[in-house]
Amino acid sequence: MSWLQLKGVTRRFGKAEVLSGIDLSLEGDEMLVVLGPTGAGKTTLLRIVAGLDAPDTGQIEMDGEEVTHWSPAERDIAFVFQHFALYPDWSVRRNLEFPLKAPRQQLASGEIDQRVGWAAELLKIERLLDRSAARLSGGEMQRVAIGQAIVRRPRLFLFDEPLTNLDAKLRESLRLELALLRQELGIPAIYVTHDQAEALSMGDSIAVLAEGRILQQGSPEAIYRQPVSPVVARQLGQPAINILSVQRRGDAWIGPNEAERMPALSGTGEMLLGVRPEDIAPEGGRVPGVVRVVEDAGAAWILWVDWAGASIHIIASKERRFAPGETVHPRIDAERALLWPR
Amino acid sequence: MSFLECRDLVKTFADGTRAVQGIDLRCGEGEFAVLLGPSGCGKTTTLRMVAGLEKPTAGQIVLGGADITDCSPAERDVGFAFQFYALYPHLKVEDNIGFPLESMGLNRQERRQRVADIVERLGLGALVGRYPRQLSGGDQQRVALARAMVRRPQIYLMDEPLGTLDAGLRLEMREMIRAQQLDAGIATLYVTHDQEEAMSLADQVVVMDEGRIRQSGAAALVYDQPADLFVAHFIGSPSMNFITGEIREDCFVAPGLVWPLAEPVRPGPATLGVRPEFVRPDAKGQLRAEVVRDEYQGACRYIHLQAECGRLVMRVADRGREAVGASLGLDFARVLLFDPVSGKRL
Repeated sequence: MSWLQLKGVTRRFGKAEVLSGIDLSLEGDEMLVVLGPTGAGKTTLLRIVAGLDAPDTGQIEMDGEEVTHWSPAERDIAFVFQHFALYPDWSVRRNLEFPLKAPRQQLASGEIDQRVGWAAELLKIERLLDRSAARLSGGEMQRVAIGQAIVRRPRLFLFDEPLTNLDAKLRESLRLELALLRQELGIPAIYVTHDQAEALSMGDSIAVLAEGRILQQGSPEAIYRQPVSPVVARQLGQPAINILSVQRRGDAWIGPNEAERMPALSGTGEMLLGVRPEDIAPEGGRVPGVVRVVEDAGAAWILWVDWAGASIHIIASKERRFAPGETVHPRIDAERALLWPR
Repeated sequence: MSFLECRDLVKTFADGTRAVQGIDLRCGEGEFAVLLGPSGCGKTTTLRMVAGLEKPTAGQIVLGGADITDCSPAERDVGFAFQFYALYPHLKVEDNIGFPLESMGLNRQERRQRVADIVERLGLGALVGRYPRQLSGGDQQRVALARAMVRRPQIYLMDEPLGTLDAGLRLEMREMIRAQQLDAGIATLYVTHDQEEAMSLADQVVVMDEGRIRQSGAAALVYDQPADLFVAHFIGSPSMNFITGEIREDCFVAPGLVWPLAEPVRPGPATLGVRPEFVRPDAKGQLRAEVVRDEYQGACRYIHLQAECGRLVMRVADRGREAVGASLGLDFARVLLFDPVSGKRL
């Protein structure tokens, strides 16, 4: 049995059902990423796990105990928010000590010093300890906010889009640091985000949430490679997956490229074919397409190609150059293509 | 012939902050130029001076052959989109979008056509009859963009117009902006701190830092031939790897690494830069490193490594997970050298 389990969690606000029968599981050493757009119900879900809100139906179990009606303090969970709330007039040290001085903690002052020092070292903010919080940069503030969560050594971390308000460059380095830090602490975590790159990079497991429902939960590889539906497939990958109509003819699926036969899979009639931009080669097929835009993605080109009545994206190697208006002959890697009912 | 030209533009604020310290910028007709840099680099101040919202302390701005340095915003024919949108709450979406056309002397039929075109282009069809308060933040921002792009001004000026949107929507909107701009052929000056957004949109990337331009040019130029360490670090995700060492006897030497150079370089301290996609696993490679973390990205993996000479990241096609703690041999396919003091590329 999993360390944390949500069973049939439903939450209504008035007539609106914000969460509908959520089943989720998290192992004791895992980071679970909940990925979904704004309004999917991500924050409500975290608040229910934290005990800041209660489900209308369903239950929550932690380490074999039902905690659905426990208070936040009893659950011993640390929450890191998108908008971090530090006391601006206090020093970083005092901000870090604060969660340890709650009456429930009952720590000796030596223990408090030791924990603050330990967290500051892990987060590389030792030199900031005596600075006032108001004088920190955005990245430094978020480190201190994470520090406030880890000093307590809680049973579970909850992260609500903690990197969203930071510069792109800083986000990239902090996401690696945060993943390594959590791994080292060995404390499980739920991390919600709308950023697919963050989800793929940080999650041991990803749950895709849309309109209050979990559409799929699995390893990043499983969600990326075997999405159960076009909706899930579009949530991951950049540029987004190409989705094309295909027809069953005889024993094979005939793609938009008439000359190419897709592997025969079960189903009849018209289906949707999903193929990731990295799984289409610009050359090798028979039906011509025209390059509309060539985007430079640094390590590769991203081509926008008008092909067989559709507009597709191809990630192409930089070993050759492309120009807008150029004719190419896209070829789908049929082994990696996906089929869904229309 | 440049369409927009900024000549030695300077902005010093009343409190003494030297936000822009001498910018020379040229943007051709129909060109998409992106001002890219970290917070506080002066990119937004530069854009606001072109818009007429800030008065330059010194320098000159020329648009379409006319000196507009002292023109009011209204006298400049520019379309402006901000990160934080302001829609008229009492107007429906279609009237908000059509508002900038009111004073242009177009007839009703032409106005409706223009609004319908941009609504279709930005996929706003379902929203036209609603009021701003009935829209999500993301939808309000899309309407604000449509309003900025409904006119055909001499130039579009955009200040992080996608900054507040969800990652997925941001990608979608990015493509729509680019497609609309290409079709309309209108010069655009666009501000962002996101290098990936800049690379994908720009004909010209202008990399800024501390009020100055570090380098400008096509995405491929700033990516493949960065002028200095700042540009090399800022452009590219994950960032370029840097190894500190020295040049000795036509080799770059660092702990655990002796890298022969193709061309002679003057001896002395040096920093070797190598992009993650040019780090390759090679069992016979002289450099050994231990896997610290395998970061999955779908189309590829970033393998984070610890070598004697420091931390490295390698970008590889997805052929399965690398075990943390495994030891790998490495080779570099292409390297750059920098002067560690001046930061300039050698």
